[in-house]
Amino acid sequence: MNPHTTTQVTAPAPSAGAAGGLAAGALPDGRRRRRGRSEVSVLTGLGQAALIIWAILVIAPILWTFLASFKNTTEIFSSPWTMPDHLRWENWSRAWTKAHVGRYFLNSVLVVSLSTFGTMLLGSMAAYVLARYRFWGNRFIYYMFVSGLAFPVFLALVPLFFVVRNLHLLDSYTGLVLVYIAYSLPFTIFFLAAFFKTLPSSVAEAGLIDGASHTRLFFQVMLPMAKPGLVSVAIFNVIGQWAQYQLPLVLLSNAKDKWVLTQGIADISVNAGYEADWSGLFAALTIAILPMIVVYAIFQRQIQSGLTSGAVK
Amino acid sequence: MRHGKYPFVVGFLAAPVTLYAVFVIAPYAQAFQISMTDWRGFSAPNYIGFENFRRLFHDHRFWQAIEHHGILLLALPLITIAIALFFAFLLNVGGRSRGGQRRGVWGSNFYRVVFFFPQVLAVAIVAVLFQTVYRPNSSGLINGVLMKLGLDPVLFLVRPSLALWSIIAVLVWQAVGFYVVLFSAGMSAIPPDIYEAAEMDGATRVTLFFRVTLPLLWDTLQVAWVYLGIAAFDAFAIVSVLSVDNGGPDGATTVLALEIYRNAFVYSKYGYASAMGVALFFLTLTFAALTLRLSRRESVEY
Repeated sequence: MNPHTTTQVTAPAPSAGAAGGLAAGALPDGRRRRRGRSEVSVLTGLGQAALIIWAILVIAPILWTFLASFKNTTEIFSSPWTMPDHLRWENWSRAWTKAHVGRYFLNSVLVVSLSTFGTMLLGSMAAYVLARYRFWGNRFIYYMFVSGLAFPVFLALVPLFFVVRNLHLLDSYTGLVLVYIAYSLPFTIFFLAAFFKTLPSSVAEAGLIDGASHTRLFFQVMLPMAKPGLVSVAIFNVIGQWAQYQLPLVLLSNAKDKWVLTQGIADISVNAGYEADWSGLFAALTIAILPMIVVYAIFQRQIQSGLTSGAVK
Repeated sequence: MRHGKYPFVVGFLAAPVTLYAVFVIAPYAQAFQISMTDWRGFSAPNYIGFENFRRLFHDHRFWQAIEHHGILLLALPLITIAIALFFAFLLNVGGRSRGGQRRGVWGSNFYRVVFFFPQVLAVAIVAVLFQTVYRPNSSGLINGVLMKLGLDPVLFLVRPSLALWSIIAVLVWQAVGFYVVLFSAGMSAIPPDIYEAAEMDGATRVTLFFRVTLPLLWDTLQVAWVYLGIAAFDAFAIVSVLSVDNGGPDGATTVLALEIYRNAFVYSKYGYASAMGVALFFLTLTFAALTLRLSRRESVEY
């Protein structure tokens, strides 16, 4: 980013801009300045090394999995760190069709798109009403939703299973989608209610005077204005629901054709041991990871700010 | 009063409130009720008072799980926050100041993108990934290298004393990037003239970190601690997929969530599992109360 960094750190005379020279010149004497410089170079050197090591720690397992997905079992065992002999795409096709990674993947896409859409629609409706309308019971309903943030899902796991079973929604997409929406509402409402409060009320009033109904006002004026907040929460929900493991494990256990990706991959890893199909497992893992890398590479700025803004607000 | 307000309010709240009441509120309420019964799913449940909790008290596995939560609760936030703070400091103020503006070291943006990536991967997928990384023979990433060097393989997940720490390492691996970005956001909000003034007074990089960055970042650190604490109370997906023998070897990595799942959906001891859920609820509550109490401290205004 800064091409001068290395030369400036070692050279005592600053060749930086006028402001940099000014700041350095303001120091009481040259000795202190020099000590400061060497301290910087040692720390920067150690720091750079630590950063590079961590980057390797992050990249290595993923790269290794990618390479292993093209190897056969002998290669995996005998030469873990070499390039594959040739690209064995048959591992990928075996994982996609025989191990059903393709189906699990599409199931995840279906469930997450439906439930994120539902969460955003219902969550923004509730948050809007709770944030901008005064009515009896408003605070009670708001705190009922927000208190859900504090409780562990595992407390409710057993009764939840029976609620879903009694509604005849066990082993169905509908059941999983509805449960995902219900458990995503606390954070969605908490975040969006704060966001809707910040929107100016003059626009809403103008709309009402012009004869727009409350519903129309919400969908045509307030929702578009809340877009930045909606995008953040949507990213948060997509990633959270895509990563969900315990709920599908409990609610979809007997419908293997409806399993989501996390469940499917965990199951494949158990079976790979029995069948000694290690290359198939690596291919399945790569198929599960690769789209995440692509999506992340494209949207990394939005994803980073979406996920972290949820943490600080 | 605006015209037609109440039908609108009711119409907008009906669906979310119903869903939430049916799938969240009702199960939470029932959990407390079921925890007082001997329900096993076949016949009607009998109320047995606090018998389940009395049995919990003598359950070796339960105490093992509690102990692991204790270790997780200390190790996970401490290690993650320490590493993430160090990296965030390097990436934001570790480099040279230029034009009065503090900068990160070379390549900051690249590191921020790479470090964050594991956060986007589902925990269950990460667990399968590390199952292959940790494999005890030459097909494992680490042991494959060790054995090439003529060393003995390390039995990461098989050795009881090592298993939990191997799992914590994975959790740290996944979490660090998120907190680097979180702390970076906090650090970039600190006005640069504070650093400038401190530097003019001859503050070193280390002093800058401990006397300027850390106190001004207190609120963000508190958020990080709470988030990692919640993660330490869950840890279901990672333990269930990564550990050998579901929380093994011999319960060396088990956590409450896993015990609840096992008791409910493997042994059909619904009453007993719910009692564990209630215990987990009170533990979480205690953690939240303690965190708020201990971290109460004047946050520095700037």
